Amino acid sequence: MSSPDRGAGRNAGGATAAPPVPGLQLSGITKDLGGRTIVHRMDLSVAPGELICLLGPSGCGKTTTLRMIGGFLTPDAGRLTIGGKDYTFAPPEKRPTAMVFQNYALWPHMSVTGNIAFGLKIRKMSKAQIREKVDWALDLVHLTHHRNTMPARISGGEQQRVALARALVLEPQVLLLDEPLSNLDAKLRVQVREDIREIQQRLGITTVLVTHDQDEALSVADRIAVMNGGRIEHDAQPTELYARPHTTFVASFIGAMNWLETSPVAGGVPLGGSTVLPADWVSSDTGDRVGIRPEDLLPSPAGTPGTAAATVVRSIPRGHYREVVFECGGTEIRSYTALPLAEGETVGLRAGRALVYRDGTLQGADSDVDADARAVQQRAAEQEAAAQDAAVGAE
Amino acid sequence: MTGTLPIEPAALETAPEPADTPPRPRRTLGSIITRAVAGFFAILLLVFILGPLLWMAIAAFAKRWKYPNMLPQAWTLDWWGRVLGGADLLPALWLSVKFAVLATLLACVICLPAAYALGRANFPGRRVILLGLFATNAFPKMGLFTSIATLFYAMQLMNTQLGVIIVQMLGTVVTMTWIPAAAFASVSPSLIEAARDAGAGKLRVFFQITMRLAAPGIAVAVILAFLACFDEAQGTYLIGAPTYLTMPTKMYQLVTNYPQQAAAVFALVLCVPSVLLLLLVRRHVMGGHLAEGFQLK
Repeated sequence: MSSPDRGAGRNAGGATAAPPVPGLQLSGITKDLGGRTIVHRMDLSVAPGELICLLGPSGCGKTTTLRMIGGFLTPDAGRLTIGGKDYTFAPPEKRPTAMVFQNYALWPHMSVTGNIAFGLKIRKMSKAQIREKVDWALDLVHLTHHRNTMPARISGGEQQRVALARALVLEPQVLLLDEPLSNLDAKLRVQVREDIREIQQRLGITTVLVTHDQDEALSVADRIAVMNGGRIEHDAQPTELYARPHTTFVASFIGAMNWLETSPVAGGVPLGGSTVLPADWVSSDTGDRVGIRPEDLLPSPAGTPGTAAATVVRSIPRGHYREVVFECGGTEIRSYTALPLAEGETVGLRAGRALVYRDGTLQGADSDVDADARAVQQRAAEQEAAAQDAAVGAE
Repeated sequence: MTGTLPIEPAALETAPEPADTPPRPRRTLGSIITRAVAGFFAILLLVFILGPLLWMAIAAFAKRWKYPNMLPQAWTLDWWGRVLGGADLLPALWLSVKFAVLATLLACVICLPAAYALGRANFPGRRVILLGLFATNAFPKMGLFTSIATLFYAMQLMNTQLGVIIVQMLGTVVTMTWIPAAAFASVSPSLIEAARDAGAGKLRVFFQITMRLAAPGIAVAVILAFLACFDEAQGTYLIGAPTYLTMPTKMYQLVTNYPQQAAAVFALVLCVPSVLLLLLVRRHVMGGHLAEGFQLK
């Protein structure tokens, strides 16, 4: 995520088109398939060189959207432009897009070189030019040693890289990635996604990546558009999306969340009985649902002022942190913490940040971002202090 | 397959064996019997397939071969000389090849587009058409040919080359649609989309991707169709005789008018192209493309 220079279209929200021509723009795109509206009046603007991730559960319309960008489906309504030119009804072969398919879709009767050179031959390039470009693409994905191998003889990860090289060699204006990592095993997935990100940034190519994997989206995207039921629910930078998900759907889909069916009161979030969980920052004073991220739930030694009493129900080691389930005011809430808490232990609990929703929508979405930052800072300091206290207590 | 399938019959046959045999030797005995039964059926099958061929091959060299004798009493090469040297063979062979090639080409022109549609598109009535094509094989051929003959008389196609070609082609329709349709259907849509994505127009995609990937299946269908045409006798005889006599129809005459040795020689000659072709495509047939043709949903 170290790409500070992707200014245009990246500003929070990103709903309004930036003055420079966007790399890719979808306006009011609608698609019905089999009598069902799969994509509903969708607007999306992707800045040149930006990697946007369409994230959502299966059936949310993300793949349909990608296929419309690639030209494999025609929208029923709306307009699609790439680099300012209208491509709404252009067939795939007339579009400056290149797709990497989920199953790689390498032609089994052509060698690796044959696969990469296919599109170049259609463009009537000279033999020397083709060779040069294929060499460049093979080098890009580190597969020079497999130039004459048939696709069936290389591993899944290598096939994936061939598919990527085949797409990139055509120098598309927009690169489309359809769940590119879903067929790879977990270790390889992390490596390939880093490779893809690195290449994408090096070439500065506008990219749309479709995935249902939030980790993948959070780790590679400049911006994430979370889709649900054919609509974009929230479209923002990964950190922003995680910190202030606009809807309860987005909040649940990205990361874990403690949900409390209540409205905040002065000084915190009521938990049942007379227990109020103190909160350092709430997004709004009223709502019907409160969400607290597990890492925003801060345990400190029992009896600390400004905390609610809680008991450890379960403590599950997760390697570099613990997942701890607390019982607090008759409600079970989950926390991620570095503290070595044991089951049955009593602690004081408070929330660093609490997101308040009404009818599924985040309240106070535009509230002071600085306050947000302050709360996070404070939380870090507190946690450190609490850890020290715990260490002292243990001695 | 023969190793695992006959386990049950073997188990049945081991039942009468002494029950107090310890388990391990018994299993060995069971496997021996399994193998013996499998071997027996394999030999039986061979006898049924190769037996008649063998008889024919011997008969082709026999001068005199009467019932109780296992082998001919006297041998001769006369029949070979007479058949191969006869004026009838070469023209008949030439006609057979010509008709078979033309009928197969006609079948390609008519059936391959249909196979493409049946394999790649899902339109209403698709399954009915597929089943309907198959059902043509359910009727006795001669009955169909008789009604075809009535039509052909009206259309003045009796005793014409075109008539023979059409009749031979009709017999290949099932093979030439089902197998290529399955071959087209097995080409993954994403391979075609990937080619469009790379900039290939529809025609280029069809010839460089779809056709290329379906080619082995189509080749198998073409060869089977050619063999079917080459060996087709009933329809060819009805429509073509006596003007156009191919090798198989010639056989009919030989069987009735000549000693059986001449027919045996002729039959062996008739086998040659078929066997050669089948050897040529053995790999594809074994590779499952033939079976693929009958797995259409």
